[in-house]
Amino acid sequence: MSAVTSPKRPAFARGTKPTHKARQRKSIVLTIVMAIFVIYSVVPLVWLIVNASKDQADLFSSFGLWFGKDFNLFQNIYETLTYRDGIFVQWFGNTLLYVVVGAGGATLLATIAGYGLAKYNFPGRRAVFAVVLGAVAIPGTALAVPTFLMFSQLGLTNTPWAVILPSLISPFGLYLIWTYATDAVPTEILEAARMDGASEFRTFFTISLRLLAPGIVTVLLFAVVATWNNYFLPLIMLSEPTWYPLTVGLSQWSAQATGVGAQPIFNLVITGALLTIVPIVIAFLILQRYWQSGLSAGSVKQ
Amino acid sequence: MTSATAVGARAAAPAPRARKHKRDWRGWGFVAPFMIVFLAVLVAPVIYAIVLTLFRTQLVGGSAFVGLDNYLQLFQDPRFWESLFRVTLFLLIQVPIMLGLSLVAALAIDSARLHGTSFFRIAIFLPYAVPGVVAALIWGFIYGNQFGLTGSINDLVGFQLLAPFSSEWVLASIGNIVTWEFMGYNMLIFYAALKIIPGELYEAAELDGAGQFRIVTSIKIPALRGAIVIATIFSIIGSFQLFNEPNLLKNLAPNVISTYFTPNMYAYNLSFAGQQFNYSATVAIVMGIITAVIAYIVQLRGSRQEVR
Repeated sequence: MSAVTSPKRPAFARGTKPTHKARQRKSIVLTIVMAIFVIYSVVPLVWLIVNASKDQADLFSSFGLWFGKDFNLFQNIYETLTYRDGIFVQWFGNTLLYVVVGAGGATLLATIAGYGLAKYNFPGRRAVFAVVLGAVAIPGTALAVPTFLMFSQLGLTNTPWAVILPSLISPFGLYLIWTYATDAVPTEILEAARMDGASEFRTFFTISLRLLAPGIVTVLLFAVVATWNNYFLPLIMLSEPTWYPLTVGLSQWSAQATGVGAQPIFNLVITGALLTIVPIVIAFLILQRYWQSGLSAGSVKQ
Repeated sequence: MTSATAVGARAAAPAPRARKHKRDWRGWGFVAPFMIVFLAVLVAPVIYAIVLTLFRTQLVGGSAFVGLDNYLQLFQDPRFWESLFRVTLFLLIQVPIMLGLSLVAALAIDSARLHGTSFFRIAIFLPYAVPGVVAALIWGFIYGNQFGLTGSINDLVGFQLLAPFSSEWVLASIGNIVTWEFMGYNMLIFYAALKIIPGELYEAAELDGAGQFRIVTSIKIPALRGAIVIATIFSIIGSFQLFNEPNLLKNLAPNVISTYFTPNMYAYNLSFAGQQFNYSATVAIVMGIITAVIAYIVQLRGSRQEVR
């Protein structure tokens, strides 16, 4: 029974588990050690926020971890968004497109297939599993060059499809849903639905999907991060700057600072970097109770 | 696209259902959409690349079948070996450090002896949400002598204490960026595995008088074996396909980071600077095979220990 209710309430499921641990004494030494971990993790982000508030002159003249003479954050944001007729906004839109279609599609495919693998014993199931697990071992980036060569034969390069199609496959997502569905969707419920004459897909969409929700949010979030952060694939697939995602665009801006005819725009690179990570960090913070419980997929079984 | 796949999956359902009394084919209705895309964007490029490796574009007469010549050339190519050696070195040093730190962090967070556990968990995980490109840009600035923190530290001590872009240190500088990006992610994988240890196990251990340290070594670490194997495999794959960080730092240290700094950069530059597509595909295929074999060995060793 707990397996049925707990996926909907990950926070409670998590909170109730380790009763024996509540007695434990808090350790100050351990807290200090972990504080060092946090400082290491957070300092570069603090640096980014501080320096997004500086103009080029202040960047060179002031200490890295403190603010400069003028507070230029809003000026920098304005310049970033309007530089070269607002190309940054266009890159932002492209990234959104790749994320919504690519990560959304990847999550859908992985969810349906992972569920199928978990709940049906069909001929070739083991083969599917072996092939997909084998694919995890193939380095995605090593695949990128061959994929580019094939896509250029098909005339797909320099179109959004060149970025979207390869991001539709998430073997890790499939694996996660597969392990999650095994426990989260009790076979008895499926059998009861079959008795009532519901088709397999109707059962999936009306009953199973809801039970799988925390797992799906987890897979979606990781797929979103993967596509939002995608760099190598769009870098090789796209030659037209109007199709660039943020990552490729930013790296072009950064490269602009060196070489012949250098036009350094450090303040825009830094502010653009900050604007790139803000949405994804917010998404993680808002959805944290879901993905944290989704990741500890097995923790719902008692 | 999203709804189109769903409709496709729905339409595929009735056909397999009809035969359910003989063999249960219904599962294919669910798995088929994934497998079709999988074959198109993963398997097909691999096959296409393998075909490419067997040909070579000549100056005269276009593309010609050359058998395994590209592979023979690659095995005698000092640039390939140098790049492979570099990522192997990177792998052997960076991965244990990163996974060790992740393990310590996961055990600390799971220990319930921290003040503000959830703050630590989210703060350490946060860098994972930062795109590799942005991470490389930020650290590139920080490493810089002009307005980075390295410059400030060097000014403070009065001499060149830190030189992240020197040829001796640049690999460590990259290792630091990668560690920063993925420490929290691996911590979370370990933490998730720690959470599924049944509470009764701890209670039994406490009844037997086991201390915290004993619980960590006898219960927690063994329970983490599967997660450690998974994290190690992902890290090996990540190391072998190292590209983003060195490629971005190349702008800042063009004399130290060559066009064949990692196998992936070599494959990229062969394709896009040199137009040597067949040879580039050979690099990609060989690296894919090496990675798959090593990942398989790690997985095999990991699961064999589990049987004992």
